[in-house]
Amino acid sequence: MEEVEFEPLIIAFCCNWCAYAGADLAGTSRISYPTNVRIIRLMCSGMVHPALVMDALMKGVDGVLIAGCHLGDCHYTDGNLKTERRVEALTVMMEDMDIERERLRLEWVSSGEGEKFARVVREMTEQIKKLGPSPFKLG
Amino acid sequence: MSEEEPKIGVYVCHCGVNIAGVVDVEDVAKYVEKLPNVAIAKHYVYMCSAPAQAMIKKDIKEHELNRVVVASCSPRMHESTFRRVVDEGGLNPYLFEMANIREQCSWVHAAEPKKATKKAKDLIRMSVARARLLESLQKREVNVTRRALIIGAGISGIRAALDLAERGFDVCLIEKAPYVGGRMVQLNKLYPTDEYALDVLKPLMEAVASHPKIQLLTNSEISMVDGYIGNFKAKITIKPGYVTGDCDACGQCEIACPIEVPNEFNYGLSKRKAIYLPFPDAMPTRYLVDNKNCNKCGKCIEVCQLKAIDLEQQPQEIEVDVGTILVAIGHDLYDPPKGEYGYKIYENVITMPQLERLLNKNGPANGELRFSGFTPKSVVFISCVGARQEPEIYKPLKEDQKLNRDCSRVCCTETLKNAIEIKKRHPDVRVFYLYRDMRSFGRGHEEYYKKAGEERVFFIKYKAEEPPVISNSPNGTIITVHDVLSGETLAIPTDLVVLNVSMIPRVDASDVQTKLKIARGANGFFQEAHAKLRPLETAFDGIYLAGTAQGPKDITDSSAMGSAAAAKAAILLAKGKVELEPIVAYVDLTKCDGCAMCVEPCTFKAITIEEYKEKGAVKKRAVVNDALCKGCGACAATCPPRCIYVKHFTLDQISAMINVSLIK
Repeated sequence: MEEVEFEPLIIAFCCNWCAYAGADLAGTSRISYPTNVRIIRLMCSGMVHPALVMDALMKGVDGVLIAGCHLGDCHYTDGNLKTERRVEALTVMMEDMDIERERLRLEWVSSGEGEKFARVVREMTEQIKKLGPSPFKLG
Repeated sequence: MSEEEPKIGVYVCHCGVNIAGVVDVEDVAKYVEKLPNVAIAKHYVYMCSAPAQAMIKKDIKEHELNRVVVASCSPRMHESTFRRVVDEGGLNPYLFEMANIREQCSWVHAAEPKKATKKAKDLIRMSVARARLLESLQKREVNVTRRALIIGAGISGIRAALDLAERGFDVCLIEKAPYVGGRMVQLNKLYPTDEYALDVLKPLMEAVASHPKIQLLTNSEISMVDGYIGNFKAKITIKPGYVTGDCDACGQCEIACPIEVPNEFNYGLSKRKAIYLPFPDAMPTRYLVDNKNCNKCGKCIEVCQLKAIDLEQQPQEIEVDVGTILVAIGHDLYDPPKGEYGYKIYENVITMPQLERLLNKNGPANGELRFSGFTPKSVVFISCVGARQEPEIYKPLKEDQKLNRDCSRVCCTETLKNAIEIKKRHPDVRVFYLYRDMRSFGRGHEEYYKKAGEERVFFIKYKAEEPPVISNSPNGTIITVHDVLSGETLAIPTDLVVLNVSMIPRVDASDVQTKLKIARGANGFFQEAHAKLRPLETAFDGIYLAGTAQGPKDITDSSAMGSAAAAKAAILLAKGKVELEPIVAYVDLTKCDGCAMCVEPCTFKAITIEEYKEKGAVKKRAVVNDALCKGCGACAATCPPRCIYVKHFTLDQISAMINVSLIK
């Protein structure tokens, strides 16, 4: 069988107010980026339960992007500060599970930063392609 | 939760060729039809169209659908449309789910149609997985405080305040400057009518200051805003002016004051005292003390007959309850860095706002075109200063200089207006207009272009790559410019250079952004919810935009936008009630053990722990106050047994999406 290039699966948790709108702007501005990302819209990046991220990574998702409003711009005042702290905790958990740190990325993307969203997806896809498939990938 | 088996209808939109030109929509619909619980899957040219909406409603009845998924544009665009459609079709609007296969698929993967088609299938599969687990939710209705807060008393804020007050609503109008009128009050004449700005504005300034429905607070800023649509609480800081309402503006204090500083109202072209009236017609007509420059010598107090000066005055904080907020904070003017076209190096290089003051009869030269004591013989206007700065072309003079790529929309006609004004007053003065492109686009503006030609204004088109260069010669200042149209390089002797500077976001826009939680676009101006469909609203319900806070526009447009935003706000105020999203935190009481981990992360103090008795034992559980909860989910992300969650964004729903995303 022909060798197929590894196409990582990246789940992006985007907050409704900034990051999701930034991703939309990348679309309206027709800025292309790799097809590997699957965006899940949440009200706030601070809504992401660490268990969701760990579950995703341990089920075989190759990378998780959490994207919220810039610090100080959170629609809920400080939800993104909580996200930041949780991501710190998550990196420790990932270390324990021998999951590469690079598989989780936290970014602040405003509704005006379509270009940044596309760049982040491009960078992450490249990086995870280099890392290879998730160690937990089934089959 | 609805216990019946999910029966899902999925609709794949072509969006003309926007989606179908990249994604194989027929193939996608065929694929989707085989997904579990999908009863029907269709594709259609425009799902937002009336026939498609009718089709969804018909299908809900005929196929007894209890969930609907539309795969089309962003939910930010049409989620509310389709929620209404399924509601009209007899389904709870929250049993609707949207897959974004345009903004986040076809538009960003146009070069990879095969991969885009696969991604569209994946996205819809994820949406279907979530749709299975969606629950019916009921909106909450709350009362609306029938008062509006308007931030900024420039032309758009004033217009909005008067319109709302005339409709009978209470208005709190706050202004950071010590006077109302904004940037407009500093202009000389207005295009396209050539009326004096102050003549147009003065009746409006007096009206806002005296209207019984308007509480006008100048020298004031918002310090804190809290709440939600219909029920905002704003704290306003009133800065001390050190002069009480007893002041009759006799001006004796000003004469007595020994301190002279540059007058900002005339953009530094004249001086004022440390106790001053911003300008003769300032509203409110009351002197104030500039605390930064006052040395507290007390000479003003000695001469004040009415004892109206109180140098011990303290800032005051007041709280207002309002139902809606209009942001009309206006713009700043581009301050060219030292050396841009010789600015701040050559004394005879000024900005257009300074020229407006020079030409104004109340200005530093009493309306005479006099600069440094004499009338110039040759005036050069340069347009697009600080505007349309292309990163590949414009070479910044300052480090970390943020480029402004936008056109400011008003400068071309403003330059024509002032070029004509100078030619009319002094036909012998030679006037040169150096422009990149002529954009005199509004009604009545083109006439100025024609008129300026008739008045023998010299038009010279320069290229952005070759901006005019200023230099000194023994005979005075020379502007060297390559004229694109004649192909010649010209050396123009001049004694007054006027830079028409652009409109940029206000320096305090980020502060207002942080306090109100409203978004700004890439150019730094406040962002409307949708450029065409919701141009006056922000993404934060109940907060509207007016005037140049949203982007460069002229007085005609700013005034119209003020009226329009007032009309929008009036809808809410007139209804007196508003429905709130039911997306709030919810506690699964069968699992909650009252550990209280969710209490601290809640910024809105919406969660408390209550004790209750069960089979004789005292137990604890978390309780959510719906009115305070904003649905951010900070609690849901901290709950160890995962028993507090935000409705419509439950962990099960999100996990389901992740699980099916892994299917190849």
